[in-house]
Amino acid sequence: MTTNSASSPPASIDETLKLLKQGGYVGDRSLATVLFLALKLGRPLFLEGEAGVGKTEIAKVLAATLGRRLIRLQCYEGLDVSSAVYEWNYAGQMMAIRLAEAQGGEGGFDRERIEADIFSQRFLVKRPLLQALEPDTGGVPVLLIDELDRTDEAFEAYLLELLSDFQVTVPELGVIKAPQPPIVIITSNRTREIHDALKRRCLYHWLDYPSVERELAIVRAKAPGIGKRLAGELVSFVQAIRKQDLFKVPGVAETLDWAAALAELDAVALDPTQVSDTLGVLLKYQDDIAKMQGGRVAELIEEAKAAARA
Amino acid sequence: MSDKRQADGHSGDNHLADNIAHFARALRKAGLPVGPGSVLDALIAVEAAGIGGKDDFYWTLHSVFVTRHEQTPIFDQAFHIFFRRRGLLEKMIAAMSPIAPSLAADKQKQEAGALRVNEALQPKTEREPPKAQETEISAEFLASSAELLQDKDFAQMTAAEIAQAQRRIARLVMPDDAVATRRFITDPRGPRIDLRATFRRSLRSGGAGIELARRIRRIRHPPIVAICDISGSMDDYTRVFLHFLHVLMAARGRVQVFLFATRLTNVTRQLRARDPDEALARCGSLVQDWAGGTRIADALHEFNRDWSRRALSGGPTVLLFTDGLERAVDHDLAFEMDRLRRSCRRLVWLNPLLRYRGFAARASGIKAMLPYVDEFRPIHNLASVASLCEALEARRDAKADPRRWLEQAA
Repeated sequence: MTTNSASSPPASIDETLKLLKQGGYVGDRSLATVLFLALKLGRPLFLEGEAGVGKTEIAKVLAATLGRRLIRLQCYEGLDVSSAVYEWNYAGQMMAIRLAEAQGGEGGFDRERIEADIFSQRFLVKRPLLQALEPDTGGVPVLLIDELDRTDEAFEAYLLELLSDFQVTVPELGVIKAPQPPIVIITSNRTREIHDALKRRCLYHWLDYPSVERELAIVRAKAPGIGKRLAGELVSFVQAIRKQDLFKVPGVAETLDWAAALAELDAVALDPTQVSDTLGVLLKYQDDIAKMQGGRVAELIEEAKAAARA
Repeated sequence: MSDKRQADGHSGDNHLADNIAHFARALRKAGLPVGPGSVLDALIAVEAAGIGGKDDFYWTLHSVFVTRHEQTPIFDQAFHIFFRRRGLLEKMIAAMSPIAPSLAADKQKQEAGALRVNEALQPKTEREPPKAQETEISAEFLASSAELLQDKDFAQMTAAEIAQAQRRIARLVMPDDAVATRRFITDPRGPRIDLRATFRRSLRSGGAGIELARRIRRIRHPPIVAICDISGSMDDYTRVFLHFLHVLMAARGRVQVFLFATRLTNVTRQLRARDPDEALARCGSLVQDWAGGTRIADALHEFNRDWSRRALSGGPTVLLFTDGLERAVDHDLAFEMDRLRRSCRRLVWLNPLLRYRGFAARASGIKAMLPYVDEFRPIHNLASVASLCEALEARRDAKADPRRWLEQAA
């Protein structure tokens, strides 16, 4: 362990587990195992799971605890090379040419020199993927490629070269290769399947909704303001609602939002009217809310209270 | 690391490598796409993680061999059968309890996985031959009979005629519908200026003159999702329709196919097999309930809940292939149809019942579903399949407007 901000990756699975805990992330051993392997083998980690189970958070915690720079690439449809990898500063290049013309009026136009000049690092606008390949004195950065399923297949194919060799080809400059591969975390909400060729280059892990104990630990860690009784009931209620036949069941993010909302309302225990009023924090579809309204909420609260007492 | 294993006495490096290779082979037979590359990866990963405990070993192999969430139950079964049967884990991990871990996996899923895993680990001596129709085909069709075939109902065709129809479907021009994407390609007559290309081009002449490069939005085929009823009443039409989907799949990128009778099955991967007969046989082996009873509302509910977010991305055209004859119609059916329509770009209902000239939307299921579809089309003969291809390419057609049927029935 070094004393400066960047620390070395953990040496064992137990240490990885400790590291996650340090960063305030309550993870289980299966997650620690793949995370450790990803760090040790220098392979990208492919995290899949429903929305709001804490996929993005892993990258943030990893960057914070290891003291590395977090470079985030948020994917969207139509994401292309110029916004993900690099872009030339056209305006700057134009100006450089005009200046060269103005200065070298009598000596003529040295095409070779200008070309070498304007296609240099000075005019290269680096986007996240290229930034992640650069050497960093603070240790290799954490590259988070978030919600890869939102982009289209063409971009996925582009990632293949990057993720296997950690290099990028810029036609005007040549191949830029990372001296050390960055720590890559890829997340997907699974709105479509990612191609196997890409998955094969990664270590795969499915993040599931947490168990009661783990979710309780998460609520305790992230919302320390709320009482023990409310925390227990709230987690049991969310766990019960996940078993209902809903279009979109709440994730951990929703649980934490709800905990914060109930804390703001000074709740000490679950109360049917308060739950009904704040159900919009947990459920984001009108059909789901309609299904839960009325007697159903009261029933679930009773169940949750019984479960929390047990 | 290897010293420690050597000290254990039982499993040297070779044993470990062999066992992982055997395990990978078992997984492959159980249907997981495990290549030789993953075996090497698994070895490296196990080296790196060290064999600490059973769970660590499990998750280490899991991270390499599993690439989809659905594969987890199969992997789980295979892992336990493989390493328990041979007692390998006990040998490999000195300090390990022989009790299988209680994994909170869905029991039903496990059982489904177990069937495939058991088959893979204990291969049958002979495989059941696929139920393909092996009829001798007399390909001597006269021109007039070929024309007759065009309008002949699939249900009334002989096996030979079906084969002929399938060959005709394979020759059909697949729809070339298009939607604009957010990506651009260079096009000399494009509406936008491509700065990047313009600049590079201008350097060709030393920056003297600037010739504008232009670009245009790239267009692509929208994804197609087919949800097919394979209940008994549809049996005569299902196979031909699946054949059509197989051809469609080969012609364009994103086509996903789901079958339902009592439960919903995703057969997209099975249909990808190049040979149509093999593809259909693979679907058949996956689906347990061919020609059984059905409840459309349940199937749609299952689709909406488990698949819609995954399959309906990118503004797809949904082909719903069912006769709409629901026994007990309640509010659920309309509700699920509404949800389905709101999640896709275009919902086309293909109904073989339209073969009857006097067809009217009187059945309560059909009445409940019709308001939610964009188009209502027949699918009982070659002519209707061909017209579907044209319709997918063209804009909406007044003849297929579902409101027409509702008004008639009223």
